[in-house]
Amino acid sequence: MTIATLDAVEVDYRTRGKALGPFDLNLEAGEIVAMVGPSGCGKSTALRLLAGLESPSRGLVTRAAGRGETSVVFQAPTLAPWLSALANVALPLELAGLARKEARARAAAALERVGLGAALKARPAQLSGGMAMRASLARALVTHPRVLLLDEPFAALDEITRRELADDLLTIWVEARPAIVFVTHNVEEAVYMAGRVVIMTPGPGRMAGETVVDGPQPRPAGFRTSAAFRAAVETTSQRLAAVMDRAA
Amino acid sequence: MTRLLAPLALIGAILALWETIVRLTATPAYLLPAPSAIAQALAANALPLTVSAGRTLVMALRALALATVFAGTLAVAVSLSRTLDQAVRPLAVALQVTPVVAVAPLFVIWAGVEHPERAITALAAIVAFFPIFSGTARGLAAADPDLERLFDLYGAGPWRRLLRLRLPSAAPFVVEGFKVASGLAIIGAVVAEFVAGSGGAQGLAWRILEAGNRLETAKMFAAIFALAVMAAAVHLACQELERRALIWWRGR
Repeated sequence: MTIATLDAVEVDYRTRGKALGPFDLNLEAGEIVAMVGPSGCGKSTALRLLAGLESPSRGLVTRAAGRGETSVVFQAPTLAPWLSALANVALPLELAGLARKEARARAAAALERVGLGAALKARPAQLSGGMAMRASLARALVTHPRVLLLDEPFAALDEITRRELADDLLTIWVEARPAIVFVTHNVEEAVYMAGRVVIMTPGPGRMAGETVVDGPQPRPAGFRTSAAFRAAVETTSQRLAAVMDRAA
Repeated sequence: MTRLLAPLALIGAILALWETIVRLTATPAYLLPAPSAIAQALAANALPLTVSAGRTLVMALRALALATVFAGTLAVAVSLSRTLDQAVRPLAVALQVTPVVAVAPLFVIWAGVEHPERAITALAAIVAFFPIFSGTARGLAAADPDLERLFDLYGAGPWRRLLRLRLPSAAPFVVEGFKVASGLAIIGAVVAEFVAGSGGAQGLAWRILEAGNRLETAKMFAAIFALAVMAAAVHLACQELERRALIWWRGR
């Protein structure tokens, strides 16, 4: 089942000119798609279209997920500094009209699941970068979204934390099976996470190709050193390099 | 410790030099009284100076409260309507750039000669208005754009957005504006009392004027000293308020 499509979408900004397109994307329910491409290729714009936060200048966006069924995780944790981790995670539910007590109970469960059960009362300033990102992830998951959009979510984290979070995200994905679109600069991360990797041209971004990554999801132990992983990383890197060469 | 001792040592050195020069050159007291003479004037007038400082303080604090209510309300209203924002901005700027001394006589007329303290409070409020208004308005517009997007995503209406996102985001800006305004309110109260030129309000500015007219220069210095102490106390109180507010806001 298709849960969202971008059909020949183009986005023009008044100040910066054309940012995206024409660009097509079919998102199937429960799949993980990674989008890689150079800075300014319109990856974030494509995510905002999928989230319904922006409208295309031309083309068509179709979204099967309703309000509250789509979650977004940004590059920064984007937590409200004046709220505890618990209140931050409960916020989407409270905005959706859920009673405070129920919202907080579910938020506590979501924080538990990302390993922050001991930091419910902590303020964002008291959390490390990795912990804040986990709280941000919990806030995205607390509504049980059908579509989860991540805009370079781990870019600011160190390599170890980044891998941990990638694995945690895959574990959560197995439980709830949301469709995930994952924007990243990191080809290895893209290949590790996604069933297919969409490569984009420099802005205005178009689809330059797609790598289908073979192998089970979530990834078995040692996948990062397997031949399949290496091959997919190699192919994707070459395609990305070719796109950059053509642009230069 | 040096943080406390260094300025005290400097003040002591300046006072000692001052005392010595005044004594050696036999400067007349109406021109430059010695620190010892000022201290005597301060002790002799402790009660009236304290009462006057209290009057000025009350006027400044009332002005601050008035300015906070009006500036805060207007900033919130402006944040909800772009048209209102565009309409209000030039007026707010005009209010800010017009010197308080220029409009003071008008307010004295409006308040009536028997109520100079009303005119003084209103003028100090006008001076304190702008930093609170601009701080609050800036803070309300400074919410994290990604948090704004989240509120879009979850379909939050303008009131919820205001209460749960913009007002809490604005808090540090409001506190900063308030701190600036507190200093300006005291300046405003003093300047307004000077311009009002009547003893009706019995504030510190009047004590300075009165002593000046009688060429009691040591008493003038004593009143200025009282004013400086009062302003510094307000400044310190606001700094502490800001520190606590930020701890509350950020959680540490």
